[in-house]
Amino acid sequence: MSAETINTEKVKAAIEAAVRGCRVEILPNGSPSGQHSLILDNEHAVEAALFLRDNPELRLDYCSDVAGVDWLDKEVTEKVKVWKLVDGAEKEVEETRKSVTPGYLEAVYHLFSMEKKHGPVVLRLRTQDRGEGARVPSLTPVWRSAEFQEREAFDLYGIVFEGHPDLRRILMWDELKDHPMRKDYVAPPDEDEPAGAVAQEGGR
Amino acid sequence: MEQSEKSVQELKAELSKHGVFTTTFEEIYNWGRKNSVWPLTFGLACCAIEMIATTMARYDLARFGAEVFRASPRQADLIIVSGTVTKKMAPMVVRLYNQMPEPKYVISMGACAISGGPFRDGYNVLKGIDRYIPVDVHIPGCPPRPEALLDAFMTLQKKISEQQLTGEARPRHLKEDLPSEFTVPKYGEHGLEPPVNEEVWNPLKVLQ
Amino acid sequence: MSAVEERIVELTGDVDSGQLLEVSMGPHHPSTHGVFRMNVELEGERVMKLKPVFGYLHRNHEKIAENGSYLAAMPFTDRLDYMCSMTNNWAYALSVEKLAGIAVPERAEYVRVIVAELTRLQNHVSLIGFLMQDMGASGTPLMYAFREREKILDLFEQLSGTRMMCNYMRFGGVRVDPTPEWLAEAEALVGRFPAFLDEFEQLLRENEILMSRTQGVGVLPRELAVNAGVTGPMLRASGVNYDIRKVDAYGIYDRFQFRVPLGEHGDVYDRYMIRMLEMRESVKILEQALREIPEGPAMDPKARLRGLRPKAGEAYGRIESPKGELGFFLISNGTPEPYRYRVRPPSMINLTVLEDMCLGRSVADIVVTLGSVDIILGEVDR
Repeated sequence: MSAETINTEKVKAAIEAAVRGCRVEILPNGSPSGQHSLILDNEHAVEAALFLRDNPELRLDYCSDVAGVDWLDKEVTEKVKVWKLVDGAEKEVEETRKSVTPGYLEAVYHLFSMEKKHGPVVLRLRTQDRGEGARVPSLTPVWRSAEFQEREAFDLYGIVFEGHPDLRRILMWDELKDHPMRKDYVAPPDEDEPAGAVAQEGGR
Repeated sequence: MEQSEKSVQELKAELSKHGVFTTTFEEIYNWGRKNSVWPLTFGLACCAIEMIATTMARYDLARFGAEVFRASPRQADLIIVSGTVTKKMAPMVVRLYNQMPEPKYVISMGACAISGGPFRDGYNVLKGIDRYIPVDVHIPGCPPRPEALLDAFMTLQKKISEQQLTGEARPRHLKEDLPSEFTVPKYGEHGLEPPVNEEVWNPLKVLQ
Repeated sequence: MSAVEERIVELTGDVDSGQLLEVSMGPHHPSTHGVFRMNVELEGERVMKLKPVFGYLHRNHEKIAENGSYLAAMPFTDRLDYMCSMTNNWAYALSVEKLAGIAVPERAEYVRVIVAELTRLQNHVSLIGFLMQDMGASGTPLMYAFREREKILDLFEQLSGTRMMCNYMRFGGVRVDPTPEWLAEAEALVGRFPAFLDEFEQLLRENEILMSRTQGVGVLPRELAVNAGVTGPMLRASGVNYDIRKVDAYGIYDRFQFRVPLGEHGDVYDRYMIRMLEMRESVKILEQALREIPEGPAMDPKARLRGLRPKAGEAYGRIESPKGELGFFLISNGTPEPYRYRVRPPSMINLTVLEDMCLGRSVADIVVTLGSVDIILGEVDR
């Protein structure tokens, strides 16, 4: 439905050819929209973004949308068969092993070209973890339209955009300590009406 | 007592047939008040658009003497809380209310202003402005139609015209010991502090 | 570094505020179109710094939508840009249709175009009314605008049951099939609309006060507009030919003949004129759509609304809403709730350049410039 879709493979190849040492990974998208995305490594992200913006063929001069996404720690349980000593004899026993893949935060950029009228190219920047390492480079110096949206992702998800000229909370107040859009955010206990409450006579 | 009240009314009606109009101080005070309520130009969300539509030619709030929208709370009698009050906005709403001179009235317009409405589950949404300031008229709806706002307005006018200037039943602003300003909540680390103003809020309770 | 980049760094540097007067405009201010706030620093009457402050209507649309089903988010989209619920519905429906691969019957596509263009008419006409109000034309133009808006709202009410919060579109079509009577009424309204536009334009276009208050005010250069992601009439007033109805040709917009008006100067007057001209183009689209609308179902009978579980993946869908590019970014993890639900709000991103347009101008110009951006706080803060 989109005007002209861009071949993600080609964009990947172009970035890797132009930006030395840049690691680009394609994240396939299983939905019928077919918008696959490119995961950039954080060290070369700004350089790659500048290339995408200024390359005469791509000319992705318009960064439409910046979205923060929270991916929680994932617990994977798998059943493994192991040999074990049971009652003196060695037997094959099934054991469940749990492994935890650490969660991370993600900033997703949707790029279009106003000049060439094509798009979208989806960029993803990932943080190391959800705590201290929740840092990605800011693309605001490349596309000014990311200014408020990166601030929003910082406010609601706690992603620190390094190099952002004015990184402050935008929607919530400065005193707040939480990042309420995170998946594990719990709202403060509410002094709400008890279940089954009805208005008392004379009550407002 | 009731008998004498009735005969006074009959006498007044009889006199008016002869071109003699009598009134009481209370009646003329309330009559003047209810027909020149000046609302504050104060819009919060979707309901504000319906509030504007109410003042426009088709619904014409001017018929009720309330077309003089004032931008300054110092000149306004009525604050129409028209829309979702967020936790970030709540201190400002209370402050605006505090800045209004007495007598002052509050219409809580729409589901959000009453209880948070559809956005009740939001982390930044206040579950009803009546947690911080006293409300005179609530109008349900999301958003209420202009007719509903007119109805709320007429309800308020009725309330004003029934005000007694003396006695125990006199309204809040005539009782010297009751406050006319309320605590402005502060931004806290996880929400507003205090979360409700106990002096004002009358929560629902479970009846045994 | 290009000129644009240098400017960003310059803007956010600390101005020595020793000599400056700090004024907080809003969140309660009659001309901020809701609860918007700007921290302005003035030297005399001149604006030296302007920082928007958001969030006074941040009512957690995205979080609430992530906790509900796909369908449950539809009524909340009404309340984003509450002047234009129909286009919000469309943008969301389009994104879900992309995500889940749902087709839309032809009649529904026509109905969508009709209601979306009617929405554009009432949004632009009200915006112009509000803009005049901001300039001091108290009441009159706004009364004219709202008179026409009420007629369109009546049509919406007949169709969907409510005036403002229509909640009309569904994934794979529209909720109610319009009756022939409704279509005839819409046609009559569209037929009368150009006469109103003539009258409105005659009153305003060459008005001395309007021209001196708007021409050369709030100029937005083309390069900055593109870099800052400005969209909609504001972008086109700066001379960039980018209308998503043409670029993406979503729905069936490629079937209609219409032009995209472009501005030259990028000032407030151009933004006002673009909206006037766009309304005339919308009337053209409406005439064609109302003439050509085919018979058939208004809803894909196979589309699942309740318990929709798109398979894992993501989609970004966008439309040309009256304010600009309204996009929805959805990530599904195969459950009935969207894992990530993100709204790309055009009016918030259009505000990125507010400071650039106002620097060096007077306070009164801020009001006019902000009015010409066309913001709705429900969408800015969500």
